[in-house]
Amino acid sequence: MAAQEHAKPQRREDDPADAPEAPPAAPAGAAVKEGLGDDIDSVLDEIDGVLESNAEEFVRGFVQKGGQ
Amino acid sequence: MSVRALGASAPAPVIVVAMTVRRIMGIETEYGISVPGDPLANPMFLSGQVVSVYAAAHGIRSNQSSWDYAYEDPLRDARGWQMSRADAEDSQLTDSEDPSLANVVLPNGARYYVDHAHPEYSSPEVTTPLDAVVWDRAGDAIALESVRLLADRPDHQQVNLYKNNTDGKGQSYGAHENYLMPRRTPFPEIVRHLIPFFVTRQVICGAGRVGLGVDSRTPGYQISQRADFFETEVGLETTLKRPIINTRDEPHAVADRFRRLHVIIGDANQLDVATLLKLGTTSLVLGMIETGHLDEPLSIRRPVGALQAVSHDPSLTAKLELLDGREMTALDVQWAYLEAARTWLDSRADDPTPEATEQVMSLWEDVLTRLGRDVMSCAADLDWVAKLQLLEGYRNRDGLAWDDHRLAAIDIQWADVRPEKGLAHRLQERGRTRRLVSAEQVKAAQALPPEDTRAWFRGTCVRRFAPNIFSASWDSVVFDVPGHASLQRVPILEPERGTRAQVGDLLDQSSDVRALLAGLAAPE
Repeated sequence: MAAQEHAKPQRREDDPADAPEAPPAAPAGAAVKEGLGDDIDSVLDEIDGVLESNAEEFVRGFVQKGGQ
Repeated sequence: MSVRALGASAPAPVIVVAMTVRRIMGIETEYGISVPGDPLANPMFLSGQVVSVYAAAHGIRSNQSSWDYAYEDPLRDARGWQMSRADAEDSQLTDSEDPSLANVVLPNGARYYVDHAHPEYSSPEVTTPLDAVVWDRAGDAIALESVRLLADRPDHQQVNLYKNNTDGKGQSYGAHENYLMPRRTPFPEIVRHLIPFFVTRQVICGAGRVGLGVDSRTPGYQISQRADFFETEVGLETTLKRPIINTRDEPHAVADRFRRLHVIIGDANQLDVATLLKLGTTSLVLGMIETGHLDEPLSIRRPVGALQAVSHDPSLTAKLELLDGREMTALDVQWAYLEAARTWLDSRADDPTPEATEQVMSLWEDVLTRLGRDVMSCAADLDWVAKLQLLEGYRNRDGLAWDDHRLAAIDIQWADVRPEKGLAHRLQERGRTRRLVSAEQVKAAQALPPEDTRAWFRGTCVRRFAPNIFSASWDSVVFDVPGHASLQRVPILEPERGTRAQVGDLLDQSSDVRALLAGLAAPE
């Protein structure tokens, strides 16, 4: 059965339980700059074209009743 | 009437818990609803229009009396008592008649109706996480078609739908999951092992949110849409004092053998990997609880505060304090559940769907590994990361602070169901998010039910015999048969009976509803 063919999951980073001083994951802001890729400017350009023109009014107008 | 194939008279099957991701499950999504330029538009009326216009276009009756409430019991508590109706808030009374509200069963076996002030799509019962993705996205396609149908009407008022969970001004609405469990599993065990899992699984299935606090009063970004709206650990309510573990106990199935675990803590997801892992990892954890595999307690101190602390920490470095004194990050806790699941799956090879299980296990490990190295490497897979990457792009390019209205607008528009406006859809069309199921599968699932649950019977009856269906629900189809003075009620209390394998031929061969009922009553 397939379930038996797989190795145990191994954390590929230091396990903080064993090494409490292990460096933390990169903060989101720093990670963004690496992860954005070449394409992000053209993504933003395209999205500029579909964003609601009056952001403040759009946000103010999005009012919901509570649900479950 | 004897309806053997559907479980009314056959002996009850013994519930055997296998080491698998497979189980009966489904997703309910309440969509945000808005009329541009008219924040005071009546959302109940509009939601009724959304459902009715879709039902009418597909030839389905849409008055609320078409839902069969005979078995509904929203005030029954899984801990073993019943709330009195006099003590309940109006919003907890979900089984009362209101003829002005639309409520239908769709040919794909789903329920589409008005829940409070939102249109809700409750997917048909499926058995694998991948099918949950398929029929969840079918719901998004149905929501989109409803928006288009309303926009095409000559007297139209533009109505938009949003797959999100908060307006950022203090209101939240849900995207619930449902999991069928054997009733014999002790509820305290479910609570003990699920709370740490639910506090931390948002690092995978959070949908991301601009603003901290229920009314977004503190600028910033958080992982979950819902986390700030939770106030307690365990409870029956869903609209106020929201609990991490909800105890609503309406099994919609044979009640002495099954419970339906109603999970209200999740966000509505648009990325396939996030939806798959939300359902898949939760089903695996439930399987471990059912078989007594989880012994190491990961109980987190002050879980409601921890839930919010995890959500408010997109760097994933916040340490959670455990009752036994250990400190773990949300990722550490998720790794502990993953490792337990691997041991569990290796302990007995009886998985009826090994590929479905392995898909969840390998993606779970892959995502946790990448989140630990570089959060942004998950931008194609996880809603909260994809949204954050877009927002950070705007912040970097235009120098925007977190309280800029444009970022709040992007957060809302992210969830617009229209592909030309919805930002998650825009990223998808540029190939920046990973799809696990095709557009063709989603289109088919708008019209057809899953084949391997009772949803096949329910949905196919709606498709084939709509004029003769008086009402329907999760666990019944009631027929109005010509020549019969009384209504003919077919209970479907066994979620795994009424499959295509069991009743497909009979449904195909029945030229009318009389033939169907005669066939169901005949001995096997």
